[in-house]
Amino acid sequence: MNDNDRKLGPTLLKADNISLAFGGVKALTDISFEVKEREVLAIIGPNGAGKSSMLNVINGVYHPNAGSVTYKGTVRQQMKPHEAAKQGIARTFQNIALFKGMSVLDNIMTGRTLKMSAGFLAQCLYVGRARNEEIEHRKKVEEIIDFLQIQSIRKTPVGRLPYGLQKRVELGRALAAEPTLLLLDEPMAGMNIEEKEDMSRFILDVNDEFGTTIVLIEHDMGVVMDLSDRIVVLDYGKKIGDGTPAEIRNNKEVIDAYLGVSD
Amino acid sequence: MFYREAGQFKTSYKADQAVFPIFQDKVFVAIWLLIGFVVIPMLANEYVFRAIFIPVIIMALAAIGLNLLVGYCGQVSLGSGAFMAVGAYAAYNFMIRIPDLNPLICFLLGGLSATVVGVIFGIPSLRIKGFYLAVATLALQFFTDWTFSRIDWFTNYTPSGSIAVQPVAVWGFVFDSPIRKYLLCLTVLVIFTIIAKNLVRGRIGRAWMATRDMDVAAEIIGIRPIFAKLSAFAVSSFFIGVAGALWAFVHLGSWEPLAFDINLSFSILFMVIIGGLGSIVGGMLGAAFITLLPLFLNQLPIWLGINMSTAMVSHLEYMIFGALIIFFLAVEPLGLARIWQITKEKLRLWPFPH
Repeated sequence: MNDNDRKLGPTLLKADNISLAFGGVKALTDISFEVKEREVLAIIGPNGAGKSSMLNVINGVYHPNAGSVTYKGTVRQQMKPHEAAKQGIARTFQNIALFKGMSVLDNIMTGRTLKMSAGFLAQCLYVGRARNEEIEHRKKVEEIIDFLQIQSIRKTPVGRLPYGLQKRVELGRALAAEPTLLLLDEPMAGMNIEEKEDMSRFILDVNDEFGTTIVLIEHDMGVVMDLSDRIVVLDYGKKIGDGTPAEIRNNKEVIDAYLGVSD
Repeated sequence: MFYREAGQFKTSYKADQAVFPIFQDKVFVAIWLLIGFVVIPMLANEYVFRAIFIPVIIMALAAIGLNLLVGYCGQVSLGSGAFMAVGAYAAYNFMIRIPDLNPLICFLLGGLSATVVGVIFGIPSLRIKGFYLAVATLALQFFTDWTFSRIDWFTNYTPSGSIAVQPVAVWGFVFDSPIRKYLLCLTVLVIFTIIAKNLVRGRIGRAWMATRDMDVAAEIIGIRPIFAKLSAFAVSSFFIGVAGALWAFVHLGSWEPLAFDINLSFSILFMVIIGGLGSIVGGMLGAAFITLLPLFLNQLPIWLGINMSTAMVSHLEYMIFGALIIFFLAVEPLGLARIWQITKEKLRLWPFPH
């Protein structure tokens, strides 16, 4: 814990009384929590608890019916996803959302779109800024490729890669934006134990080396307990727990709802 | 054996990101350019230029343009004929209304007019996708058909509604012979191909492909769908508009609104699909295939010495043409460009098996 106290910064993201409903279905009810800088926060809960909806609210895919999100000290109620991207929020998806027809390299390069600025004419002729920019960003992308150890597949179209590697490329694409806040939606779903270990290592390294704040959704309890500094538990759109892994492990309500009913 | 990259190591990202990173490709393209600019003009006769090379080149330009939109950005469009019409009629109007304007500038202005129309009719793509978008662009086709046959201002009040133009003259140089027309079209095609290639390998091309493959993820990365889709519509319509101006002024010489009807839209879409979606070379291959196959089928009975009525020949031509398209799509749904790519991969070993 001492280790954590040293690492954590001020509050980066704060959700205040978020409620979200689709027609009559209440996806989220009155959820509040906060994420500190450089923290790894896990959101857990049974299927349909509203975890993915919560991530979608944070990066602007859904607009909450009530409540507000405070990010970097600015309160906002409505935000478009590309605005969230501009402010340094990146994410991966539960079912992989890579650009299947493009190579690994192009996928990760796409992640750097917002950092590029060459004008249209320069791009037409591939001169000046457009050309230098491509090379400059390629260097950055190669660093990410090295970091994730996917050098050998950099020119392979992602559609041909096995599942575990696709997940890794998707992480790479999110990292390419050099995000402040990284949202990971089930980064380890469907992986075998070895791939899970690799992915856990990458997530911890990202947090450690780049100081990225991470909010992740995961079902594997072992992974969640080991990786996260703090855990938020959702059930039927309501928050039923919030605390360190040790606290959550002993929280009766959480155990009842999620880990198994105690008698 | 002859086509392999072994031993060609890239020591900089610049070299690795070149259009043709492999030496053999550079030689190959140089040979094609040599054939296009030197050998063909020396050998071909007037008929071949007029019936084969000029239409194929202009259609290749249109197909590359449409491929940027359909193949790279994933927005289906049935309005290519309309964009060509806008390009042609706009170029014509600029030419007759602004005296002494350089025809090449008129062509570009025609392309820009198509761009404006393309962006306006691209707006529905922000809300609708796939077949529904195709139907929306189909509306543009009917709209331009009607506009150019009913509003006489566009045709400069010619009584028949058809337009005839003089051969294009630039700075006193008249493009009147087929060989000159051919070289003009080929030059335009080469320039536009380079531009297309540069666009698709850079940021804007990645934004298009990202929107095509997974639009939600693209938006979360920071690619605004309105920018990606409308820029694809704009660039694509510009290409097709310029192709339309060339088609009217250089290939046809005189035309009426029917020249740009829905059949033309379908032909260009076929070229893109058969050539290969999302491939620049595919546009060229598709244009050559769709333009040349009917000519070939038409001539075949004569070459084989079979005696057939012309009506029979043309019926057979349609049937075989249709059957071949289906055959190609069934065997290689990714188009001629994919076949070309497979050939290249095979060539790495050929002629030795190991």
